Amino acid sequence: MIFAGIDIGSITAKAALIRDNKLVGTCVIPTGYNPVTAGQKVFSALLAQTQIRREDITAIVATGYGRNSVDFADKAMTEIICHGVGAHFLNPKIRGIIDVGGQDSKAIALDANGQVENFAMNDKCAAGTGRFLEVMAKALDVELDDLGTISLSSSAPSKISSICTVFAESEVISMIAGQQKREDIIAGIHESAAARVGGLATKIKLKGPVIMTGGVAKNRGMVKALENRLGITILVGDLPQENGAIGAAVLASRMTL
Amino acid sequence: MTDTEPQKDKQKIKAAKRMREIMTAYYMDAMTARENNKKIAWITSGGPVEPLIAMDIIPVYPENHGAMIGASKMGEDLCVKAEEMGYSSDLCSYARADISCAQINGGPIGGLPKPDMLICCNNICGTVLKWYEVQARHFKVPLFILDTPVCHTEYSPEIATYVRRQIDDYIVFLETATGRKLDPDQMVQVGHLALKGQKLWQKVLTTTTHKPSPMSAFDAFFFLALIVTLRGTQTAVDFYEELILEMEERVQAGISSVPHEKYRLLWDNLPVWYQLKWLSKKFSDHNACLVADTYTSAWCSSIKYIDENNFLDSMAEAYTRIYLNNGVDKMADQVLDMIRLYDVDGFVMHSNRSCKPYSFGQMDIMNIVREKTGIPVLMLEADMVDPRSFSLSQADTRIDAFMEIIKQKG
Repeated sequence: MIFAGIDIGSITAKAALIRDNKLVGTCVIPTGYNPVTAGQKVFSALLAQTQIRREDITAIVATGYGRNSVDFADKAMTEIICHGVGAHFLNPKIRGIIDVGGQDSKAIALDANGQVENFAMNDKCAAGTGRFLEVMAKALDVELDDLGTISLSSSAPSKISSICTVFAESEVISMIAGQQKREDIIAGIHESAAARVGGLATKIKLKGPVIMTGGVAKNRGMVKALENRLGITILVGDLPQENGAIGAAVLASRMTL
Repeated sequence: MTDTEPQKDKQKIKAAKRMREIMTAYYMDAMTARENNKKIAWITSGGPVEPLIAMDIIPVYPENHGAMIGASKMGEDLCVKAEEMGYSSDLCSYARADISCAQINGGPIGGLPKPDMLICCNNICGTVLKWYEVQARHFKVPLFILDTPVCHTEYSPEIATYVRRQIDDYIVFLETATGRKLDPDQMVQVGHLALKGQKLWQKVLTTTTHKPSPMSAFDAFFFLALIVTLRGTQTAVDFYEELILEMEERVQAGISSVPHEKYRLLWDNLPVWYQLKWLSKKFSDHNACLVADTYTSAWCSSIKYIDENNFLDSMAEAYTRIYLNNGVDKMADQVLDMIRLYDVDGFVMHSNRSCKPYSFGQMDIMNIVREKTGIPVLMLEADMVDPRSFSLSQADTRIDAFMEIIKQKG
């Protein structure tokens, strides 16, 4: 039997399919203005990509901030539970997750069965989220995907003192005007974001092994900054951005229809 | 009519109507106090109101007014107005709303009746000191401050002497302000009614130990108004007796606050006044009932210190040892007691941007509760009156995730 998970995030929509407890495929598209169409689009794209027919899907679970907009899903679950299930599915040893997405950052503690024990989320503030990094990339005239690589060559990260994204952006602009090195500014941005996100992990006393998920996990510089901040090794799987959708698909497979 | 409507009517608490009438009459009395040669004292929510009642002074509560402002969703405009006056957005939203309301006679009832005096007790927070000073200057009326030191670990003899002496000063202040003497017999009678009212309020709250619960914390937030504003009166005693009877009837008839109560939760901190309806529905949709809360039980948490036969002496201790004026360990003990008494499956903490003494220490209490009971704890960031500190979609996801965790455990 085949099961689907659909994760509608604030920036990207993700879909995953599993068959006989094995991952068959995943797909990521920008969410755009309409989360309802994003859900349909990412699902259709994945079906086309894997050449699986709609009627062969036994159950669908939706997650992410747009979870309730996916009207063709059988159930909606929060991304907190889905990331837990997804991480446990890929690596049962995982006890801690740091998930940084477009508008949320969270730390999630798991028990040995992959059930969520506790979680902490950013409060009403974008600092330390994917959106924060996006704003900074724009200010620095750098592609979002290049932030990580560029920051790795920094030897003296700049110090960003503002917590607020808007103030941090103007701080970065004055650093650019002061001709500080781009790699140092970016490394400083990562340290600032890592301080915000790391706080969530320490708040709930996150235990290892820790995996990072969400789109921001693809940023090597951000992972490194978090590792330094927390003094731990952080694992990153092959599909960090799709982890929530994978977890949703696993939950779909556990549904008793 | 659909099938669900009679069910909904059945779930409504009938005493709510009577309560609205009492509160309306109380505010009418306060609004017409001058015509009736009565004096008005504004007083903090945790302040000793009994001497006012005994001297026939009408107590008016800016905090109760703040709650009304929040519930009628007028908080944002009034807070913005206060910020325009120069007050920081970090200042308590009750204080901001009250300070700006006094300037423009805004809010749901066109502002509070003007005070003849102000009574400020800092057992609930330190903000009230400056807030009441601002209002004393604005209205040009005398201010009495009752200073109750925080009981970090104990109520020491030094604290006892210090607070008791101020109770005498308080009486002198009231006698000077009114030009009348306090009648000791009247004081005894009011003390008796105050204690009786608190015991009845305690009884109302503990009816929710029954499964399913006949009322929820959302009902308690509403019915609280009388024990705050009319403590020490026969009206409050009569009303709560009536409410208890109704609760007992509901228990007998198996009427529950949440139609299919499956999960029982404890709430911490003040309500999010402008989102009561949404929060109530949100939890109810998960078959979860907020059966108790640390907030409304604060108005009966000092019963054990009150001596009916020696009210003024014991009042010093009772008002000093309220929930918010205790150290974090004591607060955690009380939370643990409530978790056991009400047999709850989860603990929801409102991290309230306005209320610093209530929100400070919540992280420690959360860790203590998790370690000692293992129940899931949710921290919701919001503000009691200012909706700008609340994000609906974030709260939505957090509550859903919290309930998913509870369901996984169950």
